[in-house]
Amino acid sequence: MDANTFLIQILNGIQYGLLLFLVASGLTLIFGIMGIINLAHGSFYMVGAYLAFSLSEQFGSLWLAILGGTVIAVAIGMLLEWLLISKLYKRDHLYQVLLTYGLILIFEELRSVIFGDDVHGVAVPELLKASIPLTDTLSYPVYRLWMSGVCIVLAIGMYFLIQKTRLGMMIRAGSTNREMVQSLGINIKLVYRLVFALGVALAAFAGMIAAPVASVFPGMGNQVLIVCFVVVVIGGMGSVRGAMVAAILIGLVDTFGKVLHLELGGVKILPEMSSMTVYLLMAVILLWRPEGLFRRGA
Amino acid sequence: MASVSSGRSRAGMVTLLICLAALLFLPAVSEKFYVQLFTKMMIMAIFAMSLDLIMGYAGLVSFGHAAFFGSAGYVLAYAAPQYQAANFWTSLPLAMGLSALLALAIGLLVLRTAGIYFIMVTLAFAQMLYFLFHDTKIVGGSDGVYIYVRPDASIAGWKPFDLENYNHLYYVVLVLVTLTFLLLRRVLGSLFGRVIVGIRTNEQRMKSLGFPTFRYKLACFVISGTLAGMAGYLAATQFGVVNPDMLGWHLSGSAMMMVILGGMGTLSGAALGAFVMMLAEIGFQALPQAGAINLGKHWQLFMGTFIVLVALLLPHGLLGLIGSVRGRKEGAGD
Repeated sequence: MDANTFLIQILNGIQYGLLLFLVASGLTLIFGIMGIINLAHGSFYMVGAYLAFSLSEQFGSLWLAILGGTVIAVAIGMLLEWLLISKLYKRDHLYQVLLTYGLILIFEELRSVIFGDDVHGVAVPELLKASIPLTDTLSYPVYRLWMSGVCIVLAIGMYFLIQKTRLGMMIRAGSTNREMVQSLGINIKLVYRLVFALGVALAAFAGMIAAPVASVFPGMGNQVLIVCFVVVVIGGMGSVRGAMVAAILIGLVDTFGKVLHLELGGVKILPEMSSMTVYLLMAVILLWRPEGLFRRGA
Repeated sequence: MASVSSGRSRAGMVTLLICLAALLFLPAVSEKFYVQLFTKMMIMAIFAMSLDLIMGYAGLVSFGHAAFFGSAGYVLAYAAPQYQAANFWTSLPLAMGLSALLALAIGLLVLRTAGIYFIMVTLAFAQMLYFLFHDTKIVGGSDGVYIYVRPDASIAGWKPFDLENYNHLYYVVLVLVTLTFLLLRRVLGSLFGRVIVGIRTNEQRMKSLGFPTFRYKLACFVISGTLAGMAGYLAATQFGVVNPDMLGWHLSGSAMMMVILGGMGTLSGAALGAFVMMLAEIGFQALPQAGAINLGKHWQLFMGTFIVLVALLLPHGLLGLIGSVRGRKEGAGD
């Protein structure tokens, strides 16, 4: 593998990792702050991608689709929290798993009813269609660079929101002692609703910006969900920083697992078994640190 | 949960015996379709009871239980040369043994975690195996493998039962589901079972009492995985095909649903949940065309809604519901 191909794969790995971070950070925030395990998180990624597909056909512009899609995602998040999730705060994780598993089936089947089971594509917007030439034959698409940039901006924005704003203070306080915050006159129910909607919007946004490069297909949400579980387990549940580190790690391991060639004793290991690499990484890290790299509060 | 199982009274015993008697006579009075349906339901009941052991009693919510179910199915598919029957008496122990080994290996890793991590890690390991069977060509890939001939139960020329006969298969499964129930009841009634329940309630206390809790949990996980393997072997026998979906998370999710629907922490509840889930599935699949939408084709929509409602409204499952209704009646009579 020459230096340019290597560079391209590094960029791809980081870009995939940053995208995973957007989804995984919502998952870890919702757990860390609200104590809710949300299996339907991958479905919101899928909802985002399908919103990008249908709205960009309607409006003729991916930008407007992303704008409208984000508004819809926030609304879906608030509605779900109000209708269902808020009923489960005091219940065992098991019921949260069960309810959100039911939601996955509902979202997946609604998708099938509305859009059918075909694979769809979304066009890259004109503005970002260019590629940066690296050599005569290799080039890197501007859109992917833009994706990474947007993810980084959002990550920094999230850091400021949680660490530096008044709302962030309420969020952090609410995760430590819900009753105390409430008795101080803060509407903790609203804070939780906003956090859930933020998580949903992040996942949907990730789905929307990924739609032009990853295509839009049934089951796409579940694929992302399980990889995000691995990210959250490695990073440490509830830790946004851990999610960032783990997501980049997984992004790189997955990307290189698919392009490297490895044979052991005549058995082809890579790329044939590349879909297992991230799980093996998780197993190794669990042996070393059962609570993840960055355990919350540790 | 514990109160339901300890309150399993004479009435509960009688109900179970009536169910067993009804199942014994079913093939005599019903058509092939129902015999096969009940065979499937009883196989899923074994699967659900095996999950209930770790989920309901040990308090370890496994979201990857299908890994053992599916792997055992694959063992059967490879236990015999193509177009020939595997030997029932060797392939069943082989499949269960492999599931046990797999559960031991996975258990050693996942039991280092607890709570929410356990849920996610079991899911992730099951997905890893799913991808192993899905992506590698040597084991059939995404299409799976057909089992053309069901296992042969001959012992030195004598054939006690013929699994190709759907009635014989039904009775074999009925015997195995009964044995599983009795075995698990025995296990749970023993000191081992008390320790397992003790660990769920307060692991620190059990540790300070001197019980090696990790080993107990691991043993529990292995027993559970082995029985799940038996169910997977039987399912592969009945359907004549194994594919990666047998290890998929949809099956793990359904199994969890069965256990909770029936009543977690009670063996009969898990079995009841399996029966009701399968019936619900068939019921939803039989829904008619409504306008432009084929409701039966989109049965998962109704299954999803059903699951959401159970999670919201039935925290103790159907047995809990029956128990509370009975309790209210008795309360009113006082």
